[in-house]
Amino acid sequence: MTSSLTTASKGSKILGMTSIVGFVVLVLLAFFVTDPDIRFHPETGEEFGQFDAVRLLYLHVPMAIVTYLAFVVCAIASAGYLVKRTFWWDSMAHAAGEVGTLTCALVLITGSIWGRPVWNTWWEWGDVRLMSTLILFLLFLGYLALRGAFVSPQHAARPAAIVALIAVLDIPLINRSVEWWENRTLHQKSTLSELKIEDLTLFTLVLGILVSVLVVSWLILHRFRVAWLEHVEFEQGVKTAIEERRHLGHGD
Amino acid sequence: MTHLGYLLAGWGLSSFIVLLYAFRLLKRGAQLSARVPSDQARWMSSPKQNGR
Repeated sequence: MTSSLTTASKGSKILGMTSIVGFVVLVLLAFFVTDPDIRFHPETGEEFGQFDAVRLLYLHVPMAIVTYLAFVVCAIASAGYLVKRTFWWDSMAHAAGEVGTLTCALVLITGSIWGRPVWNTWWEWGDVRLMSTLILFLLFLGYLALRGAFVSPQHAARPAAIVALIAVLDIPLINRSVEWWENRTLHQKSTLSELKIEDLTLFTLVLGILVSVLVVSWLILHRFRVAWLEHVEFEQGVKTAIEERRHLGHGD
Repeated sequence: MTHLGYLLAGWGLSSFIVLLYAFRLLKRGAQLSARVPSDQARWMSSPKQNGR
């Protein structure tokens, strides 16, 4: 059922294979089946829209959603650690925080790449959604740096949990920023309503979200197991060091 | 197809980064699994069973 020389299990292999198949189907739908975003001006009849650049929708939006989910998992696990004080919760928080930071970076990268053809800019410093997402990324980058600053994972767990619980408060701000500061963002209020997406486009977007959830679940699962093994190895090292000191003491 | 360069950059870069991270996770997991006793890597066990 479980190989002793890997972090894989039967369940994680099924999850991984499903993710790969789902991703292949997603790419086929996103690139070859769905239509580009081409609209016509009602008076002039002139073409406008995002054209094929809209195909980044199926990657960028799902990535943003799973980033939120990963950070919420990190916050819940951090709260769980503060209550239970067990390594299981801390490992889960660490895994979700790290994977969330990775996907958050991808949200910023894909957003920038999408913004260039659509908004004619790679980055807009005055855009509240861009800036609040960048702040979220930097907060969790700080979270990971804080964890790395301690030699013992046990000492890092409590301050890291507090940082995660504070950092996650940025997520509702990002989500509502386009409503609260609608004049200070290039983002549309809602992807679903603004693009009037339906049928196959909507299906592909939902599939993109599902595939992203599967991929991120696989990553968090494996990162959790790596964190677990790191903890076991650390504890073994501490025990060995104590025993060596005892032997030295007896020798004296 | 319009904006092909942007599409390839967005999808390609994202796929590459995720694959690279997944590969590093598996590699690190295999290295640690070789050093840690197999009874400490029972992935199906609950936190209570492991007493952590």
